This record gives sequence, C-alpha cells and structure tokens, in this order.
Amino acid sequence: MATLSLRNVRKAYGPVEVIKGIDLDIDDREFVVFVGPSGCGKSTLLRMIAGLEQITGGDLNIDGKRVNEVGPADRGLAMVFQSYALYPHMTVSENMGFALRLAKVPKAERDTKVKEAARILQLGPYLDRKPKDLSGGQRQRVAIGRAIVRAPKVFLFDEPLSNLDAALRGQTRIEIARLHEELATTMIYVTHDQVEAMTMADKIVVLQAGRVEQVGSPLELYHNPANIFVAGFIGSPRMNVIDATVVSAGGGGVEVRLPSGAQIVVEVAAGAMQPGMPVRLGIRPEAMRIDPSGPIAGEVRLVERLGGLTLLHLGAEGRDDLIVQVEGTSAVEAHQAVRVSADGAACHLFDADGLALPRLARHQLVA
Amino acid sequence: MSATSIEAGTAPGDAAPAASAPARSFLVMPSVLVLLVWMIVPLVMTLWFSFRNYNLLDPTTQGFAGINNYAYLVTDPDFWASLRNTLVLLASVLVITVGLGTLLAVLFNQPFPGRNVARVLAISPFFVMPTVAALVWKNLMMHPIYGVLGVVARAFGMQPVDWFSQFPLASVIGIVSWEWLPFALLILLTAVQSLDNEQREAARMDGAGMIAQFFFITLPHLSRAISVVIMIETIFLLSVFAEIFVTTSGGPGNATTNLAFLIYARALLQFDVGGASAGGVVAILLANIVAFFLVRTVARRLET
Ligand SMILES: Nc1ncnc2c1ncn2[C@@H]1O[C@H](COP(=O)(O)OP(=O)(O)O)[C@@H](O)[C@H]1O
Ligand SMILES: [Mg+2]
Repeated sequence: MATLSLRNVRKAYGPVEVIKGIDLDIDDREFVVFVGPSGCGKSTLLRMIAGLEQITGGDLNIDGKRVNEVGPADRGLAMVFQSYALYPHMTVSENMGFALRLAKVPKAERDTKVKEAARILQLGPYLDRKPKDLSGGQRQRVAIGRAIVRAPKVFLFDEPLSNLDAALRGQTRIEIARLHEELATTMIYVTHDQVEAMTMADKIVVLQAGRVEQVGSPLELYHNPANIFVAGFIGSPRMNVIDATVVSAGGGGVEVRLPSGAQIVVEVAAGAMQPGMPVRLGIRPEAMRIDPSGPIAGEVRLVERLGGLTLLHLGAEGRDDLIVQVEGTSAVEAHQAVRVSADGAACHLFDADGLALPRLARHQLVA
Repeated sequence: MSATSIEAGTAPGDAAPAASAPARSFLVMPSVLVLLVWMIVPLVMTLWFSFRNYNLLDPTTQGFAGINNYAYLVTDPDFWASLRNTLVLLASVLVITVGLGTLLAVLFNQPFPGRNVARVLAISPFFVMPTVAALVWKNLMMHPIYGVLGVVARAFGMQPVDWFSQFPLASVIGIVSWEWLPFALLILLTAVQSLDNEQREAARMDGAGMIAQFFFITLPHLSRAISVVIMIETIFLLSVFAEIFVTTSGGPGNATTNLAFLIYARALLQFDVGGASAGGVVAILLANIVAFFLVRTVARRLET
C-alpha cells in the first residue's frame, strides 16, 4: 500500500531552478514512468522522492504523510541505480541482505528473504559470487534483488536498462513488468526511452525542463498529446510536423493548407481558429500511406527497410525528412516520385503556442 | 606479464616477425648483466666483509673471522635493542600514518571552504627533506627552551617537556610520522575520491549512517590503497637514518638506535667494518622477510 503525492515540488541548485513546481498523484500499485529528454530533471525528481536530494519547496507526501524531512532509509522506498551501485567487496547475498543486516534482522530471517528474492530473480546459483564475476544482466538483477529484499512500499528505478545491450534490454523490460505484477507494489521508473515508457507504464509523466508537460496513459499520450513537445516525444518514428495555414474552421473539423497548396481536413474542434491563422499540422508516419490521388506530392529521398515495415523519407512540403511508414512489401525505391495521403481523423493540429486542438472523436482505446 | 606485453606490441598481421626466444634473451643480456652486477657486487662484498676481520683502526688484524662478527652481533644487547627499535618505529609510524591518513582523507573529501588550500598544506610536509624536517622539529618545535611546544607549556604554567631525553623514541616516531602522513593522505585521498557516489547513496538508502558507510563502504574500498601505502612506507621506514642522526644520534644510550643507525655506528664510529657488514646482512635478511610477507599479502589484495 503506497500512494504518493507531490504538491508544487521544487528544486534549485543555488540560483538555478531545475525542478519548477511539480504536481503529481501516484496511486497504489501504479507503474509510473517519468520520461523526457536528457537533462530535463527526471533523475533529480526521483532522487528527491528517494530522499537523496533536499527538496527546495513544496510537499512530498507518502500515504498522506509529509516526508520532506524524513531520511532516505526511513521513507520505505528502495532504489535501483543506473550504475547498479553494487557493493564490490560483498557477495551477491551480502549485497542483497545488507539493508536487513543494518536493520539488525536475525541471520536466519535474512537468509530466508534473500533466498526468496533470489528465487524470484533466478539468482540462486550466484549467491556466493562477487558482483565482478557476474554479467551485466545478472548485476542488474542483483540490484533489483537488493530492492526486493527490503519489501519497500515503492520501487524507484533510474534508467535501469541503459547499460544493457538491446536484446537484454527487451528481456529485462518484460521481467520488470512481470515483477510489478508479482509484487503488486507502486513503482516509479525513469527513462529517456519512449519505447520503455510506452510498453511498461500505467501512467506516463512527460517532463521537459523541470516541468510536467502531460500525464496520462501511454495511448492517451499517443492519441491525444497535449502539445507539440509530447507529440514529438511519444511515438517512434517521430511525428511529422508541417507548418500550415487555416483555410476554414467548422463543426466537421479544420481545413488547412500546406506549403505546396495541398489541403487537408483535420478532425479537431475548431475553437478560436480563424481562416488565415498559422498552425502546425502533425501527422504520424503510420497515418500516411501511398495514394496516387493523395494531396501531398514528393520524392523519396531514402528508403529504410525494417523487414515488416518500410520507412520512406520524403522530400515534400519544403522538407526533406517527412517520414511515411508503409508495408514491408512495398516496392517503392529511392528517387521515385510518389503521392501520399494522410488520414484526417488521425492528424493533429497545434496552434501558434504549440498547444493541441482537441480531437473531435476520442480513440476507442482511450475513451 | 612482460611476454604478453611484448606480444601485444606486435599487432597481428605485423610484417616483422617477433624475435625468436634465444635471440631475444641475447638482446636483453646487456641490461640484465648491468643490473646483476649492480645488485650482486655490493651484496657479495657485504657478505665477504661480514666474515672478515676488518677494522679501520687496526689494519694489522686481517684474515677470516669465521662467524665471529655474527657471534659478537647477536650477543651485543645493542643489536637486539636496535632490532626492537626498528620494528617499533615501523609499526608505530604505519599505524599513525594509515590511521590518521584514512581519517583525514575522508575529511578532506567533504566539501568545506578553503578545501584546496587545506589539501596543499596537509600534503606539503612530504616535500621537506628529512634532515631539515628533523632539525626544525628538534630546534624549533620540541626544544624545551626555544621550541614552540615548550613555550606553549610555559604559557599554561607547566614544566616544558624535554622530548628527546624523556621520550626519545616517541619523539622520533612523531617526526617520521609527520613526514609520512602526507604521503598516506595523498594516496588515500585519491582512493576516496574514486569511490562511486552511487554506492554511498545506495548504502544510505539501505539505512547506513555515516559510521556504517565508513566501515562497510569506504574502508573496504580503501583496502587496496592502504596496502600500497603500507608496502611503500615499510620499505623506507626500515632504513630511517637522517632523523635519528640529526636529533638523538641513536641515544640516549641505545633508546633510538635502529638497525640502520647501528650499522653506521659500527662502521664509521667504531670503525669495525666486519661487524657492520654482519649487521648489514641481518638488515638484508630482515627486509627480505618483511618484504616476503608484505608482497604476498599485497599481491593477494591487488588481485581481487
Ligand atoms: N548537483 C547539481 N548541481 C547543479 N546542477 C545539477 C546538479 N545535478 C543536476 N543538475 C542539473 O539539473 C538538471 C537535471 O538533471 P538530471 O535530473 O540529472 O537530468 P535527467 O533528466 O537527464 O536525469 C540538469 O540540467 C543538470 O545539469
Ligand atoms: Mg538521469
């Protein structure tokens, strides 16, 4: 049982404010992912929750109790560090049992808990090894085991997969998700990788420059990004963003004109849009397709064949990096002239301030 | 070790083939020979003289002494005292420099105003040569009349301590520790700085306070550096001479005579080269025994 709430939490290093007032509620057993570009303050925020970093302003509550001044060991949290931070001179079981040893838990009970954690993480055969005799993935599991043994109210992870190779990363991602289900505790997970965020999270918190840009479920963020930053950050390959002008705005959506003169109707609420206003049109690569009668004409600059999918980099609308996702069986070649169309129901429109206009129809999965 | 580095030097596919083993030993022969002569000649001469009657005051007595030089040595109470003094000096200075050095290293790693200046000041005694350091301590610090310590004692209305006659060995230990503490501090400070901060934070999350962090995280991390400090200091501390020569000349009596000073006294105060050589051989044995155990334990530590 653990809920967290952050109220206007701030952090300043001297005159430089790196966390600029964050409000956030985290429910019991939720898997929350903080995602954002490097240097946006994810680690700092996590370390403030952990108690490793002083909180400059605001309140941090765990289970409704303010813990700003409580020390890191007494908050009932456990953290998995990016470098794993295993104690090199201790064996795996000593590493995992260290917190219990400091808490003067009797040896027999300590051993039981370490063995149980080792079983969950399949570390049984390695209990007497030193960290240096383990592979990267095993070290990672020891770091997680050290957290499990303490039976914390909340698990904190700081980019735990960034030191693993791609195959292991995918596998460990699944293991952590499975662990979340098995342990049924609240977890907060920091990453700069939007794939990790999308695949693991119940709730994603997108951060930029010390501020929350949007909070929501992965699909909510994908289908209804609140602004152009979230739209560009969530989804891979990135959303294409094209400058456009409003032609007409009505109940059925907003019609915009692209630089080439092509026109598209986007199904968003017109709000205060007036003809002639500058906007930005966001089209995900998967919302476009080759269509001989499509409105956008361009030349294929580069073809990336991924097997199941093919990515076309198009020179069109004054840009040379418009990405269109097509079937892997598509025979399109570089330097070919193509026309593409975009699904108006899946396009996004952003006003001059970068804020998204609300969609007319919400996606069925994010109702 | 050297073989692998030679092989590593010649990249695979390198046109020039590595020299064959006999050719290689032929090529390194000259330097090996020089080193051998360099080491062996003094050693053999010391051994040779230690079995000879060789007194500078009495050139007429010559010839083999058999084991007489050694017999005189081991029946001489001065010899056993000097052996004891050598080991007491070694052990005390090691304990003081490693103990204080570790504490200071941890302290100097904390941020505080003027830390860089403080570090330089703490390390600077290492650059003072032993004779000068000993003279400064003898005349400016510990002298009962002119010394700073004496002045302080009188300021509190106490009788100044005449350090070199009341606590001679402790005084020498103090001076030598003062000289070697910066060395220990320097090595240990760099080791403390290399401690991964996340490890300390992980320990904090695990519930370790300052003291538990020191004993469970910092000290194990420093163990290698500590063994390096012990090894290097031991080599130099077995042969402390200048400090004793300048301050007490081995006295009062034999209170501060260590093996190095005893050999000097035999050879150049009593002009008994044969006896001094016997002492030298004992010193070589002692150094080798200490080095044997030391190198073994240190090597084992460095392996892990
Ligand atoms: N100890 C510090 N002193 C000053 N600035 C810091 C300190 N730690 C982090 N910062 C700054 O805070 C910002 C956020 O850092 P961090 O939370 O590590 O980012 P990330 O999102 O990549 O984890 C960065 O711009 C960084 O330069
Ligand atoms: Mg970070």
